[in-house]
Amino acid sequence: MTTSRRKFIKISALGLGGVAATTSALNMFGANSYLDTLVKENVAKTFKRTPTYCEVCFWKCAAWTYTDEEGAIKKIIGNENDPHCYGRLCPRGTGGVGMYNDDDRLKTPLIRTTVNGEQTFREASWEEALDLIALKFKNIKETYGPEAFALIKHGAPGAHLEHLFKAYGSDTIAEPAYAQCRGPRETGFALTFGSWVGSPEPTDIRDTKCLVLIGSHIGENMHNSQVQEMSDAIDNGATIITVDPRFSTAASKSKFWLPIKPATDIALMLAWMNVLIEEDIYDKEYIAKYANGFNELKEHVSQFTPEWAYGITGIKPNEIRETARTMANAAPSVIIHPGRHVVWYGDDSQRARTMAMLNALLGSWGRRGGFYFKESIKVPKFPHPPYHHPKWGWKEIGEKYPLAQMGITTEVLKAAIPSEDNKYPVKAMMVAGTNITKSIPNKKLLEEAIEALEFMVVIDTMPMDVTGYADVVLPECTYLERYDGIRSATNREPSIAVRVPAVEPKYDSKPVWWMAKQIGERLGLGEYFNYNDFKEVIDWQLKQMGSSLEEMEKIGVKNFTRKSGPLYINEDETYVFPTISGKIELYSQELKDLGFDAMPNYTKHPEPPQGFYRLNYGRAPMHTFSRTANNPNLNDLKKENDLWVNPKVARILGIKTGQAVWLRNQDDVISSFSIKVRVTERVRWDSVYMVHGFGHKEKRLTRAFGKGINDTELISKVAIDPIMGGTGMRGNFVEIITKNPHKNIEI
Amino acid sequence: MRYAMVIDTLKCVGCSDCVVACQTENDVPVGYCRDWITETVNGAYPSIELELKSERCNHCDNAPCVRCCPTGASHQLDNGIVLVTGDECIGCGACIESCPYDARYQHPDGYVDKCTFCHHRLEKGQLPACVSVCPTKCMYFGDLDNPNSEVSQLLKNRKYKTLAPEAGTKPQVYYLI
Repeated sequence: MTTSRRKFIKISALGLGGVAATTSALNMFGANSYLDTLVKENVAKTFKRTPTYCEVCFWKCAAWTYTDEEGAIKKIIGNENDPHCYGRLCPRGTGGVGMYNDDDRLKTPLIRTTVNGEQTFREASWEEALDLIALKFKNIKETYGPEAFALIKHGAPGAHLEHLFKAYGSDTIAEPAYAQCRGPRETGFALTFGSWVGSPEPTDIRDTKCLVLIGSHIGENMHNSQVQEMSDAIDNGATIITVDPRFSTAASKSKFWLPIKPATDIALMLAWMNVLIEEDIYDKEYIAKYANGFNELKEHVSQFTPEWAYGITGIKPNEIRETARTMANAAPSVIIHPGRHVVWYGDDSQRARTMAMLNALLGSWGRRGGFYFKESIKVPKFPHPPYHHPKWGWKEIGEKYPLAQMGITTEVLKAAIPSEDNKYPVKAMMVAGTNITKSIPNKKLLEEAIEALEFMVVIDTMPMDVTGYADVVLPECTYLERYDGIRSATNREPSIAVRVPAVEPKYDSKPVWWMAKQIGERLGLGEYFNYNDFKEVIDWQLKQMGSSLEEMEKIGVKNFTRKSGPLYINEDETYVFPTISGKIELYSQELKDLGFDAMPNYTKHPEPPQGFYRLNYGRAPMHTFSRTANNPNLNDLKKENDLWVNPKVARILGIKTGQAVWLRNQDDVISSFSIKVRVTERVRWDSVYMVHGFGHKEKRLTRAFGKGINDTELISKVAIDPIMGGTGMRGNFVEIITKNPHKNIEI
Repeated sequence: MRYAMVIDTLKCVGCSDCVVACQTENDVPVGYCRDWITETVNGAYPSIELELKSERCNHCDNAPCVRCCPTGASHQLDNGIVLVTGDECIGCGACIESCPYDARYQHPDGYVDKCTFCHHRLEKGQLPACVSVCPTKCMYFGDLDNPNSEVSQLLKNRKYKTLAPEAGTKPQVYYLI
């Protein structure tokens, strides 16, 4: 074997020094006059405000960036007319200033080079970096066809690059947001109701009487409008039922917390369906009018009694009955929340289907306080020549998984590993806005794939771990420094929001729309980028929609009236569901025809062997995945993750809160760094828990480097969902090591 | 006029947005804070209680920090807000020691700093930054002397507590429980 060409590079010193320190606190004393009436108003008179929508997570809340007289960014405040945030950002949105201020940002393009036999990066001009990338695009196309160049993306930059890739002739595009996150629920709900859940989820939490969370930890995930609506629901006296082996924040707000044994959720939900049907408390009218396959379902779930589920889930039969009755009493204003990160055990689209079917029995889809019919407004396409038709793309790469509706990132990576039966060889890759070292399980696969690539480009604002594998790194400017595509949101009412730069890009960073255009022009695809500045595109689109950039710069968000019909099912009419039959599919002929269970079944999943604990992971409200760990403001709130350990376990192992430990998983993978123990009653004795997104290995992330454990590196065992290719990641078991396993080993 | 803050612990998720909003609004240097989140867990699995809450200066009616300040830099306004005049503060730290809530810190510029209830915003008719951003809307602010104010009504109709009442400081940040 040849020496590794793509050895991970810890990015070497870059140009440009730090930014000016924060100014000292204002002293505004002396004044004694206060207004009696407090008016809610965000405008600070001396500040200029520029509209944007947030890019710290995928919720894309519209906001105002406030700059002072010197043009320095002071704060970011939510846009009051935005249905994603109702004028209130979450800590990450408020802390978005840190993304701009972070001294560790990528500052110039970087090109991999070898100095004295050592691989390193050297600073390069945009001209040189873009020329090199364009040359590689040409070479790949000539040698293998354009399909061999893959794009892995996340967030707003993805759209510009998707356009570039399609113009170039490649549809080999995927994002971890699908098969590593919410894919299964889209498949499960589409199979049942005919439509995706989508983002934001059309959950009518504001008006619900009963919110059921199954492993979903709203409040720790700061999906802004949902957190806000959950708070409203608490005010309105709604009942919250949380099913979670961990006592989550949401569990603490719940009337019922069901501390379920991990990996048994389907059994609980089958028992709930059993109770609803056996006790005749399901929505009979709704089911008779709208559902197919009720009799099959009744027959199917008759065996799944609460007593049966008790033995599996550990939830007492009376609790199962009581919670089912609570849901029925609230119906149809009840929500079995579809969740978001739902790739757990490999039977995830079936679990999502169980959730969808429960919603159906409760009559909540298309009902007030259940799920509303979302609507968005179409943003007209800026004119460009038609795209080429690639010979193969994400669909073919994922063809093993019949109901995959988007590219499966792990399958695209597998396609990069040369083998005789690989029909779709991926040879080059661009990764933008996603740190795949922390979003893709099975590090071995990732490294093998990257090693085999002929060329890899990474675009990011930060020197994330993934940049260390690149041949060329391009520094993207932050969302506060650029124009971007119009955010068209699906909500109760359609709305749009714009992103306008509040400041010039710092350092030598650039917006991705500019990079895409530069590469496109070098490839002779200039007619696909028929503008000098992306704001021309936005202005043209807005004018087609009856607005303009000038107007949007003043208001930031524009709301439109609904055109698709009422928010809920009109009870006087018969709604036609967008399924093949026009009805809710309780029994799925489609799944049956594909060789899968037409109705969900409980499957027993592996359990941790003695001395091992199930590795569970989740979110902290002040961080987004791994991308915010180095943000100075957000790092200040939470610098590292900790390992939640039940006191019983802590006693057995003799470990204490604050003690540093390492983890080894069932495949002998040892964590790169240590993690501090947090002994807490909030976690079960058979599992441990940590917040995802820490344990960065890139030294140039000066705040985040070496802090905590990267849960993803311990996820070497993946249970693939045969229906849509999702990568189940909750079946990994770890043991706790108290002595440094890396002693005398350089890491 | 008696300004007070009321925080609903039944709604707070402990996200720390109040902390960041305060930092950006008041130019609090990274690494310092005027408000913070506490988490209290009681009970044993699976009978557990969790309380999350946002804490800050309690703008006490009987403020030990004001009484112990040798220069008068720590002072209280008629509306109850306790402030520190930066250029009168000698940074002796007596107030930091006297505060039962650990609400004060020494700013890198030498003076003692803490929550001001964002009184510069109140002048403009705006709510304190933390209250205005909170995604759970668990924080309320207003005048306790006005019986019809939201804060007065909440304290009239809901169960509440204050922090360290035994210290006798008469704190003016109330927690709904």
